Amino acid sequence: MKKYDELTEFLLRMGDSALVQGQRLCEWCGRAPALEEEMALMNVGLDLVGQARNWLDYAAQRINDGRDADMLAFRRDERDYRNLLLVEQPNGDFAVTMSKQFLYDAWQFHLLEALTESADQQVAAIAAKSLKEVIYHLRRSSEWVERLGDGTEESHQRMAAAIDTLWRFTFEFQETDAVVDSLSESGIIPDAGALKQQWQQTVAKVFTDATLSVPEDARSFYLSGREGMHTEHLGILLAEMQFLQRAYPDASW
Amino acid sequence: MRAGDLISTDSTASLRLRGDDADLNFAWQVLADVPDPEVPAVSVVDLGIVRSVTWCDDRLYVQVTPTYSGCPATEFIEEMIREALQAAGFVNPQLTQKLDPAWTTDWITAEGREKLRAFGIAPPTGSASKRSLLGESGEVHCPHCDSSNTRQLSEFGSTACKALYRCDDCLEPFDYFKCI
Repeated sequence: MKKYDELTEFLLRMGDSALVQGQRLCEWCGRAPALEEEMALMNVGLDLVGQARNWLDYAAQRINDGRDADMLAFRRDERDYRNLLLVEQPNGDFAVTMSKQFLYDAWQFHLLEALTESADQQVAAIAAKSLKEVIYHLRRSSEWVERLGDGTEESHQRMAAAIDTLWRFTFEFQETDAVVDSLSESGIIPDAGALKQQWQQTVAKVFTDATLSVPEDARSFYLSGREGMHTEHLGILLAEMQFLQRAYPDASW
Repeated sequence: MRAGDLISTDSTASLRLRGDDADLNFAWQVLADVPDPEVPAVSVVDLGIVRSVTWCDDRLYVQVTPTYSGCPATEFIEEMIREALQAAGFVNPQLTQKLDPAWTTDWITAEGREKLRAFGIAPPTGSASKRSLLGESGEVHCPHCDSSNTRQLSEFGSTACKALYRCDDCLEPFDYFKCI
């Protein structure tokens, strides 16, 4: 995996996670349980793809090797993607989709809120723009977690199973590395410890309201999204998402 | 019309522009006629997405801000703005995207709100405070019968910027322009 300077690495992590989560949501197109749900899933997906473009535009400017945001999105291999392992997981049933969305929204919300104060002006600008949208996303996914968790016996069981499947990937919200340490020291991103606490509080509150139990902290896993070591699901997602640009490079219409 | 007429018309148009206040006002007037492609009742100026119009080195500079990060109309709007300005005689206008400060529905003009209502879309109520973002929105009036007896059907409507509502008095569904 090619390595860039710390800020660029961080921009790729943000952009890739938003893009992969957006792409997963779009897989629901034409398959959602109700028309209103379909529009909501697509709207959230669209916001995330737009946010990804903002992050990747900035990353492309810094990489400065002639590639733009589209090239970064459509011509990088799985090994060069820095997204969270959580967001590449398959959609599963609606309980898995909404739990995944909620865990990611809660993390995005607290992270973006802190990033609006970033020492880097462009990071602060993208964060302020994204935050307005993510507040809506978090509100909606929290409501779904509560409704399904505190719903019927079956919906509760499905939510518990979904959290059981996904929780292991949340260790990535908490782990620091050289990039995180250096950027938080220079005031570009928030302190990882404080962020972890805020995320845990939000998750614990919503899970409790939803009568779901809050699992113990997830432990490290042998894979790492930001190191480009992904689960087997990302490659398949990229194969579909990148098909056109791979088969017909630079196609336009 | 002969080719010569076209050429002389064009050159007169561009020669006329010097970037003084009258020209900048003219540019704003041109922009006030560029409709939003998804809500053609309002112009890009009504929506508050044109952030500045300036003149520098014989060129017009226009700063535009996107409404939502993923709004698919963003690039289309920029193209429409460029075409309208060129047709009005501004040679090679320069468009830039400005993310900061982030667009807010507070920038929709009073005239724009009235046009939205007349078009059947309830304009955003109140200002985009954090409380309104967190769901404590004020009363949303039905754009058809003005009743406040309305309820939200879905937080996401036909486009990223709208939510789906229904009036419990006249029973009509309608779009509400979300407050952000």
